[in-house]
Amino acid sequence: MARFAGVDYLLIDSLFSEEELLVRQTARQFVDERVIPLVRDCYRDGRFPEELIPEMAGLGFLGANLEDYGCAGMNNVQYGLIMQELERGDSGLRSFVSVQGALVMYPILTYGSEQQKQTWLPKLQAGEAIGCFGLTEPGFGSNPGGMTTKATRAGDCWVLNGEKTWITNGSQAHIAVVWARTDEGIRGFLVEKGTAGYSTADIHGKLSMRASVTSSLSFQDCRIPLDNMLPGAKGLKAALSCLTQARYGIGWGVIGAAMDCYETARRYSLTRKQFDGRPIASHQLVQEKLAWMITEITKAQLLALHVGRLKDGGKAEAAHVSMLKRNNVAIALDCARLSRDLLGANGIMDEYPLMRHLCNLETVKTYEGTDHIHALVIGERVTGVAAYK
Amino acid sequence: MKIIVAIKQVPVRDSVLQVDASGKWIRESELSFEVNEPDAYALEEALQLKERYGGEVIALCAGPARVSQAIREALAKGADRAIHVESDDLGAADSLGIARLLASAIRSEQPDLVLTGLQSDDLGYGQTGVIMAELLGFPHSTIIMQVEAAGSSVRVKRELENGWFQWMELPLPAVLTIQSGISKLRYATLMGIKKARTKEVKRLSAAELGGLAAPVLSVEKVYLPQKTKETQMLDGTPAEAAAALVEKLRFEARVL
Repeated sequence: MARFAGVDYLLIDSLFSEEELLVRQTARQFVDERVIPLVRDCYRDGRFPEELIPEMAGLGFLGANLEDYGCAGMNNVQYGLIMQELERGDSGLRSFVSVQGALVMYPILTYGSEQQKQTWLPKLQAGEAIGCFGLTEPGFGSNPGGMTTKATRAGDCWVLNGEKTWITNGSQAHIAVVWARTDEGIRGFLVEKGTAGYSTADIHGKLSMRASVTSSLSFQDCRIPLDNMLPGAKGLKAALSCLTQARYGIGWGVIGAAMDCYETARRYSLTRKQFDGRPIASHQLVQEKLAWMITEITKAQLLALHVGRLKDGGKAEAAHVSMLKRNNVAIALDCARLSRDLLGANGIMDEYPLMRHLCNLETVKTYEGTDHIHALVIGERVTGVAAYK
Repeated sequence: MKIIVAIKQVPVRDSVLQVDASGKWIRESELSFEVNEPDAYALEEALQLKERYGGEVIALCAGPARVSQAIREALAKGADRAIHVESDDLGAADSLGIARLLASAIRSEQPDLVLTGLQSDDLGYGQTGVIMAELLGFPHSTIIMQVEAAGSSVRVKRELENGWFQWMELPLPAVLTIQSGISKLRYATLMGIKKARTKEVKRLSAAELGGLAAPVLSVEKVYLPQKTKETQMLDGTPAEAAAALVEKLRFEARVL
């Protein structure tokens, strides 16, 4: 089994603590030993590797940067390094862990009642319950504030009506964190699988994120107890705060995909011979691409690490995370394309991970705030003028 | 059962090695290090024995400040506490010198069992464990694949050659050197990594353990494998080429 030796051009490892490196080692070994051997077939078959859930839970990967209720309480750099290694395996697996931790456990921990926390967090941490996050609707993606899903009070119940789509883990989930419009604004609710009026349907035909479950959620007069509202989640900003957590993980995760692409292309360029029996690594145009990739990966690592340190210091803002997510996804996608190019025809085969990462990263560019929307967040931060409309 | 596991930190496998300025060792400043693989299996065996029979696992590691990473990994995987024999000079030491330090650290702990890997991935002498046993006055057995407690003794399965094994029994306390690949290594879980923060690491200097003895064995030179293959084409008629070949075999290769 091949062991990933890491990509570290600028001695960035010297900026990590001993404990951070040990966390990365655990995640790296897990991905080398357990993920990479099966992920190609999962992607080909359009199957999420559910069998990895108990192991990932046992290692502490679910809600790793959260405190208490069985969570590992890692710092944000340690959490980021786990995301990096998981996405080196596959963006779909990292998405699963992102959603579980940042979009389900985080809102329950931050906005939930004590009873909601005690009921769900230990199970979610242990992988005994799976969660999903329902914000996007068929008509409202970049503009979630326009959502039409409604929750109405009816006696001792909330009644939900509406539809959510592009929901990672949707049909797998035992518990959905669902955002809906009420008389008092947008609020978050916990909807359990099996509740009457709640159904899911998987989205088929994806040419990206094939090792991940993506579903639509439908609510038709779905009645849930009053206690299932997240008491602290008031307004769209609560939902967006969860997305900031998840985007932070994406900013790290895509570095892993970029590293896998770059390292695959670098190794290939040393063995592939063309023109006078020389390896293509000796050609200037090939070197230029490798130089571009390693430079961008290095910058992405430093950006992620700095935002991570800011986050640990309580100083990271949503606009910082927007820059991290937007930049790192963009360069990872370019690394995937350049690497595919360097492998020539071989680059399109699933024997190599390039097309898989490339296709996955097209999704990552769009989800959790598109590249465009993050540009507007950064634009607003530096001009003070919002340009979303 | 009180078990001490002696672990060594070695350069990561597949590292690109460069010879240092002295020509007697490799340049360590640009290398990453990891737990010597056979020692990782010794630790795994110790942790499994503790799970089966109870007791305590103590990780023992000698080396400079960087070996704290190996110690932290052992603690994160489940060792109860650790002993760090601090020394920056072990590069020049030999197996006897290191075994003396380790044996001295072990003696005061009065363990039931001492485990270590059968050899190190960097030097590969396979000596430290057995010399340590001799210095401690403990019986030892090498290339161990399985360990079972049996009252005041242990039954062990040794690997022989040609796929043969040998079961034998040793009275405790004993030293066992463990073969690689005998089980599945556990990961350091995030919870284990967190727990390791509060576990005790006792730091002992070489001086406190009687000092590092001058080596009786020393490395004269370290060099990368030399490529010596060379092809020469002999021209001329078959008879001329054969005559030239015979001459070369006789006077250059000196095999005739």
